[in-house]
Amino acid sequence: MYKQGLYPIIKKSASAKGIFDITVLCPEVAELAQAGQFAQLLAPGFFLRRPISICQIDKSAGTIRMVFEVRGKGTDALAALNVGDNIDLIAPLGHGFTKREGRAVCVGGGIGTPPMLGIASLYGKDAAVITGFRSAAAVILDEDFKAAGCETILCTDDGSAGIHGFVTTALEQVLKSKKTDIIYACGPMPMLRAVAALAEKYSVPCEVSLEQRMACGVGACLGCACRTMQDGKEVYKHVCKDGPVFDSREVIFDG
Amino acid sequence: MADLKVTFAGVEFKNPVIPASGTYGYGREYEALYPLSKLGGISVKGTTLRERNGNLPPRIAETPMGMLNSVGLQNGGVDKFLAKELPNLVTKDTRIIANIAGSTVEECAELAAKLNGTAVDMIELNISCPNVKQGGAAFGTDCTVAGAVTKAVREASDKPLMVKLSPNVTSIADIARSVEANGADAVSLINTLLGMRIDIKTRRPVLHNNVGGLSGPAVFPVAVRMVWQVANAVKIPVCGMGGVSTAEDAIEIMMAGAQTVQVGAAIFRDPYAPVKIIDGMNEWCDKNGVKSISEIVGTVKPW
Repeated sequence: MYKQGLYPIIKKSASAKGIFDITVLCPEVAELAQAGQFAQLLAPGFFLRRPISICQIDKSAGTIRMVFEVRGKGTDALAALNVGDNIDLIAPLGHGFTKREGRAVCVGGGIGTPPMLGIASLYGKDAAVITGFRSAAAVILDEDFKAAGCETILCTDDGSAGIHGFVTTALEQVLKSKKTDIIYACGPMPMLRAVAALAEKYSVPCEVSLEQRMACGVGACLGCACRTMQDGKEVYKHVCKDGPVFDSREVIFDG
Repeated sequence: MADLKVTFAGVEFKNPVIPASGTYGYGREYEALYPLSKLGGISVKGTTLRERNGNLPPRIAETPMGMLNSVGLQNGGVDKFLAKELPNLVTKDTRIIANIAGSTVEECAELAAKLNGTAVDMIELNISCPNVKQGGAAFGTDCTVAGAVTKAVREASDKPLMVKLSPNVTSIADIARSVEANGADAVSLINTLLGMRIDIKTRRPVLHNNVGGLSGPAVFPVAVRMVWQVANAVKIPVCGMGGVSTAEDAIEIMMAGAQTVQVGAAIFRDPYAPVKIIDGMNEWCDKNGVKSISEIVGTVKPW
């Protein structure tokens, strides 16, 4: 179940260079939304919608929050929208994360970090959140994870904030030292592949959120294919409907 | 309220608006928004004899006012369509157009024969999909081959037969004449135009298939021109498509000679597009004193 409509932006900020943070008042969407789902946003002047992950859902306020990176002219047009402007969105879409019993580790790489906030908040102090960015200037949402009560481990490629190193090094340390019941991850393909390999090594279930060039966003056009293994056979599933969240064991990580 | 009913190739449609094959699945994804009974019909996802996995991703590239796709006819095969999708579709009170594609003449005929005696209202034979390396393009770009596959399907099928034409030809009117002479009851056009985009950073084509089909508002003027040429070349009815996004577009392509209209890529941008087009058509008719939408077909007054 999803909705399509024009909804007002009630809050907007720039959270890091080229990263925008918007909150949209859309009670009927917020009511349906689950952590890990996404929205298809219409960028003024562009033909196809842009799939953007839902970062936070506030059902009582009737809002969803989305944090996105300007990657091209379309996302640039989205970033130009201001508080009070209406945004045309289709949401909530896709399958989100599955909440489990026990302790979770959430791993976010760069702009893969926003979809982690929703699921991490459901665990609160039972979640360790490992995020990785190029440098201190690119760090987003660290305070939000802390506010949700999560343990946070910040990594940067250049050591300008947090630990100097990759999220996967930090993840392995956590997996060695604490019993972990589930790993959630979103980020670049090489990071996801490495996270999935660690999940396998330590026998911890792992859910990954993927992205792909998309058209309809609802499962009709079959454009956003991703390679998966089903019963020993390669099958193209679809990020918009079967995902964006997949069990890491079924995904063929290329790239 | 104008009369939007049209009789097309002997089949009555409650209105002339039909979501195009490959853009609407089997309708399931859009029922969350409105009942499918509002639609004139649905041209279902292209169906092949056996299950197809489709092309490697990426399959989608945005273009100025349009898009490229190279899905590669991913579908569950005709048996799955008949067992899982058709029983659901027949309850939706809309016309069902089975879009079929094969890689040989025999395969097309076998596919068509499997639909005999089913609840399918019409067959749309895809002879033009440019995505699939082994199939499609060869039939639709040659008059003799297009005629031969039409004839084989016509002989195998007890359904009204609409042949979907490729725009990637020198004279689409000649292809239309050939499929008409070989028993087609209608033609639909245009399928996508073959295109390509390259990522200049990586020097890689955006689509893994390198090339793909262009659709969306960018192709609309080409569609109007080809519908006009074909409608003037054949006596069988024409279903117009290619970039139709608004009621005004639908009316324009009908004035060019289309009796029914398919809506495709516009649905990705606005899932309500088919419904808005139907409502807008109704309003336009009322405002312009048109009592029945059929009155406008082919009424363009060429200079």
